[in-house]
Amino acid sequence: MANLAGYKFAKEHEWLVTAGEDYRLGISDYAQKELGDVVYVDLPQVGKQIKRGESFMTVESVKAVSDIFAPVDGVVVAVNTALSAQPELVNKDPYEGGWVVIIKAADIGQVSEMMEASAYEDYIAGL
Amino acid sequence: MSELMRTPLYEEHKALGARFVPFGQWEMPMQYSGILEEHKAVRSAAGLFDVSHMGQIRVHGKDALVFLQEVFSNDIGKIVSGQAIYGMFLNEEGGVIDDVIVYQLSGDDYFLCVNASNVRIDDQWLNAQAIRFSVAVENHSARYGQIAIQGPCARRILADYLSFSPEQLAADAWPPFRVKILRQKNNDLIIATTGYTGEDGFEIYCPIETVVELWRGILAVGKSYGLLPIGLGARDTLRLEACYPLHGHELRTDINAISSGQGWAIAQSKENFIGKRAIIQAKENGTKYCLVGIEVKDPGIVRAETRIYRDGREIGWVASGTMCPTIGKALALAFLESEFANFGTKVYAQVRDKQLLAEVIKKPFYKRGK
Repeated sequence: MANLAGYKFAKEHEWLVTAGEDYRLGISDYAQKELGDVVYVDLPQVGKQIKRGESFMTVESVKAVSDIFAPVDGVVVAVNTALSAQPELVNKDPYEGGWVVIIKAADIGQVSEMMEASAYEDYIAGL
Repeated sequence: MSELMRTPLYEEHKALGARFVPFGQWEMPMQYSGILEEHKAVRSAAGLFDVSHMGQIRVHGKDALVFLQEVFSNDIGKIVSGQAIYGMFLNEEGGVIDDVIVYQLSGDDYFLCVNASNVRIDDQWLNAQAIRFSVAVENHSARYGQIAIQGPCARRILADYLSFSPEQLAADAWPPFRVKILRQKNNDLIIATTGYTGEDGFEIYCPIETVVELWRGILAVGKSYGLLPIGLGARDTLRLEACYPLHGHELRTDINAISSGQGWAIAQSKENFIGKRAIIQAKENGTKYCLVGIEVKDPGIVRAETRIYRDGREIGWVASGTMCPTIGKALALAFLESEFANFGTKVYAQVRDKQLLAEVIKKPFYKRGK
C-alpha cells in the first residue's frame, strides 16, 4: 500500500492530493481493480470547468467505459499526457504515475470535506 | 441475481479469484487474473474456459439426416461420423435463430452445440419442425458439462492429461472439426477440435457430474505450460479478433444471414432448407446492410450500439467493438449500409459528444500463423 498521508478520497473513488497550490487527481486502487485493465483514458481539455458530483471525463477498460466524477468544483489546469501512450499506469500505479489531471479547486472547504485514507478504507470495506 | 443459474464449476471459479458477471440466465466468470493477461495466455500458451452454460441437443433416429438438412443452413451431407460442421438455424426471412455446431457421433446420431441463451428457443423450434419426421430431438443441456482448452499448447496439455502420446493428438492425426468419443472408466468424454478463439484447441463435453474433476485435472497439468483459466471477458475479445460472430450482436433473428456475412455457412445448393428463399433473394438483390470490420483511427473505443455516420447521415451501427489486445487497436464489427462496405471507406462513430474517424478494414482482424 502506498503512503496515502495527505490523500483525500471521494465516495466515487477519486482522490486528491496537493500539488503546489493545486490538486492532483486520480482514482483509487479499489476503483482501478473494479475497472479492470484500462486501455484508454479520454483526457479532458485543460481549462475545462468541473462541478462536484458530475462526470468530467471517462476511462475505458476492455469491457466497459466508466465516468470519473469531479470530487470538488474547479477547473482542469493540467492533464497526465503519459496516459495517452500508457493508460495501464492507472492500474499499475494509481496513486503516483497513474494520476489523471491537476485541478484548481474553487472552494478549499470542499476538499476538507473529503475522506482521509483511513475513513475511505472503512468505506470500501462496507461496499 | 438469486435467480441466475451457476455451472458446477462455480465454486472452482470463486476459489480461483474470479469476478462474476450475469450472462443471459447465467452467473459466469468474467475474469480471473485480468482480461489482457488471459487473452495473451490463449494466444501464446493456452487457456481453459468453462462453457458449461452452452446447450447440447441430441438429434437421432431414422430421419436425422433429412431433418437436419431441412432445419440447418449448411450441408450435413458433407460430413461423416466423427466430423463436425458449423451452420445456423434460419427463420423464413433468412434471419438467424441460432448458430450451431453439429457433430455427427455415428450414423444417425447427431450432437448439436447451441448458444446458452437460445437453448429453449432452439429446442422448441426443432421439436416443432420434427413432427413431420421420424426423429427424436432431446435437450441434453442439463446433462453435460463443457469446457474448452484453446491455444498453441492445447494439444500438448490435453495429451498429457489423457496420457496420450503427443502424436496421437497432433494436428495431422486430429485436424480441426473432428470429434471423438473417449470412453474412460466411468466418464465418456466427447472431444472435438472446435473452438471460439481463433486458436487451435478442443471443446470437451462430459457428464455434468465429472466436469469439476476434468477442470481441475487439466488446470493442474497445464500449469507448467502457462495455462490460465479464462473468463467471458477474454472469450469475447478473442472471438472478436478472429471475427467470429456472437448471436444477438452480429447474428440476429431480424437480420438476414447474408447481411451478417454468413453465406459461407449456407449450402444454397441443398434442395431445401428453412429460409432458403430469403437467402437466395438476399444474394441476388443484395442487402441493405452488410457486416464489416472497422478500425477506429481517432483515439477512443467504439462499442456495441455505437451509431455510425457519414456526411451527417446515420448509416449503421456497431455490433461488437473493443480495444483488441493482440492487435493493439480499437476495432469493431459494424453493420453499414452496403454502399459503404468497401475497404478504405471512411465513416464516423458517435461516441458520447465526439465523432471518431473510422475506416472499413478487412476481416478477420487476427489469423493465427500456421
